[in-house]
Amino acid sequence: MGRMISILVVALAVVFGVNWFLDSFIDTYVVRVVNLCGISIILAVSLNVINGLCGQFSLGHAGFMAIGAYVSAYFTTTLRYFDEAQAKYVSVEPLLGGQWGFVPALIAGGLAAAVAGAVVGIPTLRLKGDYLAIATLGFGEIVTIMITNFEKIGGANGLPGLPAYSSTFWIYAFVVVVVMFSWYLQRSTFGRALIAIRENELAAEVMGIPASRMKVMAFIYGAFFAGIAGGLLGHLLQTISPATFNFMKSIEVVVMLVLGGLGSMTGAIVGAIVLTALPEALRDVESGIGLPGVRMVVYSLVLILLMIFRPQGVFGQKELSLKLLGRLIPGRRAKDSGGEE
Amino acid sequence: MSTLLATENLTIRFGGLTAVDGFCLKLHEGELFGLIGPNGAGKTTVFNMLTGVYLPSDGTVHCDGCLVNGMNPVQVARLGVSRTFQNIRLFDELSVLENAMTGAHQHSRINLFDSLFRTPRHYREEKRQRDIAYRLLEFMGLEDRAGLAAKQLPYGHRRKLEIARALATEPKLICLDEPAAGMNTGEKAELSALIRKIRDELKITVLLIEHDMKLVMGICERIQVLDYGKTIALGTPKEIQNDPKVIEAYLGGE
Ligand SMILES: Nc1ncnc2c1ncn2[C@@H]1O[C@H](COP(=O)(O)OP(=O)(O)OP(=O)(O)O)[C@@H](O)[C@H]1O
Ligand SMILES: [Mg+2]
Repeated sequence: MGRMISILVVALAVVFGVNWFLDSFIDTYVVRVVNLCGISIILAVSLNVINGLCGQFSLGHAGFMAIGAYVSAYFTTTLRYFDEAQAKYVSVEPLLGGQWGFVPALIAGGLAAAVAGAVVGIPTLRLKGDYLAIATLGFGEIVTIMITNFEKIGGANGLPGLPAYSSTFWIYAFVVVVVMFSWYLQRSTFGRALIAIRENELAAEVMGIPASRMKVMAFIYGAFFAGIAGGLLGHLLQTISPATFNFMKSIEVVVMLVLGGLGSMTGAIVGAIVLTALPEALRDVESGIGLPGVRMVVYSLVLILLMIFRPQGVFGQKELSLKLLGRLIPGRRAKDSGGEE
Repeated sequence: MSTLLATENLTIRFGGLTAVDGFCLKLHEGELFGLIGPNGAGKTTVFNMLTGVYLPSDGTVHCDGCLVNGMNPVQVARLGVSRTFQNIRLFDELSVLENAMTGAHQHSRINLFDSLFRTPRHYREEKRQRDIAYRLLEFMGLEDRAGLAAKQLPYGHRRKLEIARALATEPKLICLDEPAAGMNTGEKAELSALIRKIRDELKITVLLIEHDMKLVMGICERIQVLDYGKTIALGTPKEIQNDPKVIEAYLGGE
């Protein structure tokens, strides 16, 4: 635990430095892409725990984001709505105003999403494969429909006027936290149990691993960080609407995972960065050669080619590490003569 | 000798098929007991009922005085019954050591918080699991392979790893479903010595399903024979070998 705190302090200092550097020297468009990458990393890494480690195909991530975004906005934003009884606009001052209210507001959003994760997870995680995917997709849709019909928080028009609290520092502080936690999770009793469930659920249960409970825990964990990411996105875009969190957002996160390699955290990070930055980079190429729309064609082509030639994703289930690089050097193979007599 | 496991009139039906019919078994503590029978006799189905995978249509299973039927596999594991699978079910992407460690999982009082915040308990539990797992890999002669992914193991070693993983749950009873299947003569000899050692050194009761008659007859003290879900014989290896009904079941089936 001591080591964990030192890593955290050093990492946050680095993030602080990077934030200062970006704000001082780099143009705001690039900074924005960097920030969006950070949010994507939080989403992909947290979904990796559910889809990659535990093998539960969830398409509900956007729903958890939406809950996190709206709940945190509820705490930080001056809400204005038309009150029928008084026949005039009413504004409600934020409960947690100012920079220092931001983190508690984000965490409240994360917790609300986590509660939703438990509520959805307990009944649906008995479902397997496609059925679970459909059920979680349905959950996401229910969330957006409920928001659409809730006039006090802007309904279909969305909620404007969120304060711009999501700095590079806060986004990457949470990136550090989710990456560290997920890494620790993966390499612990808890993570091994999740992988065991993915690999063979029956054998895991016979070994005494309570599969249903572990799956719900993985779901809650993923939902919490999706909620945080939603809150960060909201306070970056400053306007949120149900459309921000439609099912395409969930699909997008799944694609990041699949691109990087389901089950690999470093793969998830690379997938998140590539799929967030690539469309932006291609935007420049597009305007350069004067062919609008070519961006999406290239983007789709990259994905299709990848799925044909490397369906397990760039990293498979491996983690990018010095050891992996070392293995590429010949002559270092472990001695393994096989089991023949 | 006290009874560790007892089944009474255990029956399961799949649609019209009665796969196991009125199965009675009394397993003494510390016994090495064989369950044999031709293909499709219902042996694996018995294991599935003993370990909470299938719910019997009728009858009871008692282990150590507790009623087992109605429990789920996790509860049965906690009670001290572990098993291997006829069609190997390892966690392929985990390493050999990690596979064995998952067996020790159930005795950990570890939660998500410990894992995330690396509390002292986390390190203690990791070490405990690693020690148990490593000891059992050594016991099964797999310690050299601890770092390999389970999927990289050759067939015979995969079967042994399944036994190591089951032993890591620290069971009172281990049910082995055709552990010698696919092994060559040398591996089989080594395996039968290991099964004896499980009982003699680890003091674990063994219930063994095996088609290899030489192995079963060589190590089991008592044997029960199933045919079409019904018990047709029960006795010492010698009695079983000379039982006309058993000979009929095996020869008639060919
Ligand atoms: N889940 C199930 N649904 C339907 N029938 C089943 C099921 N499980 C087992 N059976 C049937 O029950 C009978 C007994 O099967 P079981 O696997 O127990 O045989 P076994 O004695 O283990 O045979 P083998 O030596 O081939 O492993 C078979 O006819 C099988 O088809
Ligand atoms: Mg069988």
